[in-house]
Amino acid sequence: MSDQLLLQMQGIKKSFVGVEVLHGVDLDLRAGEIHAIVGENGAGKSTLMKTLAGVHMPTEGKILINGEEQTFHHPAAAQAAGVGIVYQEFNLLPERNVAENIFIGREPRKGLIVDAKRMERETQALLDEVGEDSFGPRTPVRWLSVAQQQVVEIIKARSLNAKILVLDEPTAALAEGEVELLFKLVRRLQELGVGILYISHRLREVFALSQRITVIKDGGVVKTLNTAETNQRELVNAMVGRELDGYFPEKGLKEDLGDVRLAVKNLTTPLLKDVTFDVRAGEIVGLAGLQGSGRTEIARAIFGADPITSGTVEIDGKERRFKHPRQAIRAGIGFITEDRKAEGLALAQSIRDNMLLAVRTVIPARKRRSMDGLMGVKELARVTELKAQGPEQEVRFLSGGNQQKVVLSKWLETQPNVMIFDEPTRGIDVGAKAGIHDLIRKLAKDGKAVLMISSELPELIGMSDRILVMHEGKLAGELPAGASEPEIMEYATGSHEEVAA
Amino acid sequence: MSVVDSPGQSPGARAAARRERVAGWRVGVLASPAAPVYGALIGIVILSWIIVTIDGGNFLTTGNIVNMLQRSVALGIVSLGQTIVILLGSLDLSVAALISLSSLVTAQQMQDGSVVSAIVIVLLMGAGIGLANGLIITKLRVNAFIATLGMALLLGGLIQNGWTGPQGGVTDSFSENLGYTRFGVIPMSFILFAVVAVIIWFVLRHTRFGYRVYAVGGSEDVSKLSGLRTHRTIIVAHVLCSLTAVITGIFLAARLKAGTPTVGSDGGYDLESIAAVVLGGTALTGGRGGVIGTIGGVFILAVLDNVFNQLEFNSFLRDVVRGVIIIAAVAVYARRTEKKA
Repeated sequence: MSDQLLLQMQGIKKSFVGVEVLHGVDLDLRAGEIHAIVGENGAGKSTLMKTLAGVHMPTEGKILINGEEQTFHHPAAAQAAGVGIVYQEFNLLPERNVAENIFIGREPRKGLIVDAKRMERETQALLDEVGEDSFGPRTPVRWLSVAQQQVVEIIKARSLNAKILVLDEPTAALAEGEVELLFKLVRRLQELGVGILYISHRLREVFALSQRITVIKDGGVVKTLNTAETNQRELVNAMVGRELDGYFPEKGLKEDLGDVRLAVKNLTTPLLKDVTFDVRAGEIVGLAGLQGSGRTEIARAIFGADPITSGTVEIDGKERRFKHPRQAIRAGIGFITEDRKAEGLALAQSIRDNMLLAVRTVIPARKRRSMDGLMGVKELARVTELKAQGPEQEVRFLSGGNQQKVVLSKWLETQPNVMIFDEPTRGIDVGAKAGIHDLIRKLAKDGKAVLMISSELPELIGMSDRILVMHEGKLAGELPAGASEPEIMEYATGSHEEVAA
Repeated sequence: MSVVDSPGQSPGARAAARRERVAGWRVGVLASPAAPVYGALIGIVILSWIIVTIDGGNFLTTGNIVNMLQRSVALGIVSLGQTIVILLGSLDLSVAALISLSSLVTAQQMQDGSVVSAIVIVLLMGAGIGLANGLIITKLRVNAFIATLGMALLLGGLIQNGWTGPQGGVTDSFSENLGYTRFGVIPMSFILFAVVAVIIWFVLRHTRFGYRVYAVGGSEDVSKLSGLRTHRTIIVAHVLCSLTAVITGIFLAARLKAGTPTVGSDGGYDLESIAAVVLGGTALTGGRGGVIGTIGGVFILAVLDNVFNQLEFNSFLRDVVRGVIIIAAVAVYARRTEKKA
């Protein structure tokens, strides 16, 4: 490892529509170094990398490469300066072949004509360099496995003569054996003098690969550690290290617990392995785990939005298999989705239309008339303490908290017995959060079974009567109310197994 | 181990090379989106031949072949341009209006000046309109559907404001040469179509611009993140598309020996060219397909048109049959794509 600083990022700040998401981040990278960046979901890791890649312009701060200040107005400028980035979602064109994907936007020419032969030859050389012989330059990308596509991504960055390579969660989609191959490839690049920023929240990988680790939290750097001088526990503490702030409603009492309303047994889908748990009436069960660990997938499988390979879902003791969310709603499940704006609301429609959307579409008018307990818009607004000008106001003009109350009203009107919340307070300010938390607890008290997914550990700990932790599609553990953040993170990062082993 | 293989290659690399040779062939011929188009074209020609013959007409005569080739020219040229923008994930609804305007301006300019200057002027006008389309789509971020629909209305207004009827002035010799000359069964205008087709095929297959059209059509985001300046590609594609509409307009002016305010809209070239492209196997979402398929699609529509004329179908029934064929074609492609994935 040389001591020459390949990359320096100094005081990087970034705001989106007035909201600052990066608060002055400092980071550096040496040639031939693997520098890991860890942090919880939403800590700002990806945004930081996008400022380096020229996708976002930093609002403030400097980027220096080999000591020279750089300004990237376009990803092409960052590429030219030697920054290569492999994004979490793959950036390949499935309809084009490997060579065409690698040379996209800078195809070599012979006169007017693209020199396809040369493109293929150079691609072959790149493939040889990393020892990849399971496919060739002319193979269409859509025929490749995820791991093979990743190799293409990496050699694409390499072909740009990238001196700085950013890998954003490179192992998220890989199987066990493929991870080893990736490691080999990364170490090979390291030997070639490439500086690598390795983003991951799998601590095992971070310790296996990196020389230094920077912990990012809430848009700022917590600390940068030498890998050899730290351990998993210290890292986990740095990642979550914050006071439990705010107020949470009182937990449920043992006596209030009713029968099992939702029972999931051996639930298996392409993304889930053998998940078993139940939720009782009056109970709030928190579902923790890192992004991609299968939290949302559980909710979608229960709700009939994704197909189930094997296993059963029981609602109030009856086995049900939903082929479509419509059936799940009729059976009494409400699912408050993560992406409020895209999946939960018709933003340009009125509060009234949004509130009645689910009940109108799923339950026939005839049956609705004879249903007891339908609340109507005014009553819903009162119950959820919605603050709005009136039932005809368009939802997009409401604050995040009030929008979420509209989503909640929509589901309350279908009179569910089981309610699943996916990130119920994301993007909602502190004051409104408490209101949503109170509502969720009240629903549980009314005898509903609540399953709550959240990336915010304080929220999960503050709200849940029990916490289930997911890791790579499996239920890694169950913790009682009041578990600590490091305990949860240990299960969520998979480091629990290793510590125990 | 076979003797032909070079000793330096690892067994893995050899297997990969073999797979690729097979893949190359499959990609080239069978898996090409154009393959079923020509299958369908042959089927339709045979079926038409039988039906027309039974009906007592003549299908594969010189006169009729000339007729069909002649008919495919106007739609053919503009469909080539439409192919570029659709491959890119865009589309152009302003071509019909631009065809009308080009035919009028061609006639008007020939009245006052030389053939060459007239052609240069309309081509420049077309390039300007294509540039405007491209800029509106990229810089003003107006959806291509709306942008080009707006442009169509705008051009329609200009036409109505400037002309109430046909515009004379097309030079006799020009009309004769481009509109009616033929070599054997091949009309002059068909050669024009073939030349434009070869140029656009070459541009799409072998130039950087062509590679970029496929890339942007495959995914604009991916292209941008790969450092490709997507806006330029989109703008150039729209300029090329408008130029093909202008060439179509010039040809129609020669054929009719006059410019006509409704020649584009009567021919339905906006939707018909999109239909030909889609029929040719190019995905409306972009990134997959090409010129060869489009030519097949154009021929299918021309053959059908010819058969309808010979059988004296009424125009409603024609549209019904055409509609059924287009929907069936897209359904077939959808199934094929699903199987591949």
